[in-house]
Amino acid sequence: MRVAIVDFGMGNLRSVANALEFVGVEVRLARRPQELADAAALVLPGVGAFGAGMEHIRGFGLLEPLLRLAGEEGRPLLGICLGMQLLADGSEEYGSHRGLGLIPGRVKRLAPADPACKVPHIGWNDLEVVRPDPLFRGIAEMPDYYFVHSWHFVPEREADAAAYCDHGQRFVAAVASGPVTGVQFHPEKSQRDGIALLRNFCEFARRC
Amino acid sequence: MLKKRVIAVLILRQGEVVQSVQFRHTNVIHKDPRFAVEYFSKWDADELVILDVTRTDEHRARFLDTLERLSRTCFVPISAGGWLRSCADIDGVLSRGADKAVINTEALHRPVFLEEAARRFGSQCIVVGIDCRRDDRGEHMVHVDRGREPTGWRAEAWAREAVARGAGEIFLCSIDNDGMRCGYDLPLLRKVVDAVSVPVIAFGGASSAEHMAEGLRQGGVEAVSAANVFHYSENSMRKMKRALRAMGIHVRR
Repeated sequence: MRVAIVDFGMGNLRSVANALEFVGVEVRLARRPQELADAAALVLPGVGAFGAGMEHIRGFGLLEPLLRLAGEEGRPLLGICLGMQLLADGSEEYGSHRGLGLIPGRVKRLAPADPACKVPHIGWNDLEVVRPDPLFRGIAEMPDYYFVHSWHFVPEREADAAAYCDHGQRFVAAVASGPVTGVQFHPEKSQRDGIALLRNFCEFARRC
Repeated sequence: MLKKRVIAVLILRQGEVVQSVQFRHTNVIHKDPRFAVEYFSKWDADELVILDVTRTDEHRARFLDTLERLSRTCFVPISAGGWLRSCADIDGVLSRGADKAVINTEALHRPVFLEEAARRFGSQCIVVGIDCRRDDRGEHMVHVDRGREPTGWRAEAWAREAVARGAGEIFLCSIDNDGMRCGYDLPLLRKVVDAVSVPVIAFGGASSAEHMAEGLRQGGVEAVSAANVFHYSENSMRKMKRALRAMGIHVRR
């Protein structure tokens, strides 16, 4: 099976590619629409700012193919970190920006009630998985995942939230709506449980 | 609940892992850093910081190759740094598997670089390295160029400025304590932690779980790091975390 990592020039691709190769799928860094269309599943990674991310996606001519493949044709897609946030309708990071709109919601800045909880939220934190989802199959309860972010996805429909995390405020750490999924944490950097999640995504894509 | 992080630091010179004592790089620990990284990744280090201290441009290109090779077998986060001067340099380390970039000297020479970097990569990706030396009055003064050049900044003032310009994390090093096995410079940690709202990683001087616990409790940092201690004993990371857990500190299993 071939998985395309959407390469929109926002770094961090090597880590994701390394982890997927370790899982045992064929990986392609995809910059051209055709390279996305050829893949069985798409991974939208991302380190960086929301506005710059959308600008790059548009600049590379990837906006329309992403919306068509993941939105209309139901190609399985996993957004990671910024990639998850880009699934939303929009964000207020450094101004107001429109997102992909694949899962209804907004991206907001973390504002923990407890001043001891710092922003960015950096480090290993445990998840509360709130519904059975193929992504978390076989993964122990309260798994630790690696987070590094200052913003978080607020889905419009509670049903789209698959897992929560707590950092002085409860926020959505994983979303899933049909074939479109996203995780705020970095599975590619979360050792065993991270590799397990990526393997689950590939399994899920294989069955789609 | 967010766990306290225990971070292993690798200082690379011309592709080899070297020991650092007060910023002088004494002996070679590993000829090939791959073994060190594999051990740390398996032994549950929460993160790696990989710093290149090579001074010549030609060898710096090799650092990127080394990083790319290391990241293939490393499934914990990597912060990479050493002479990063532009967004293109940051892109260079990120595209080879680093997750965060450690910026030091260039940020002091050209503070607007932090703003450019944060805007382009997000502040969560920008770690500012701050190297400090104590002066006669007990002030902690920031130095750049691997400790060679004084800047006139007090640690807490520069940390505040760096965060205002976009730093998402501070990698805070005591040059005096580096490699001395005497524990962290706790007053330095406390000053900087109290000055900024972002996570601070302590570095320099820790050689035991007690030192790390002091850094977390008295120093108030979010993460503790060390280099030499993790290289010189078998299973050191796992033992360290077990000892910290026994002291009631929340670290990842």
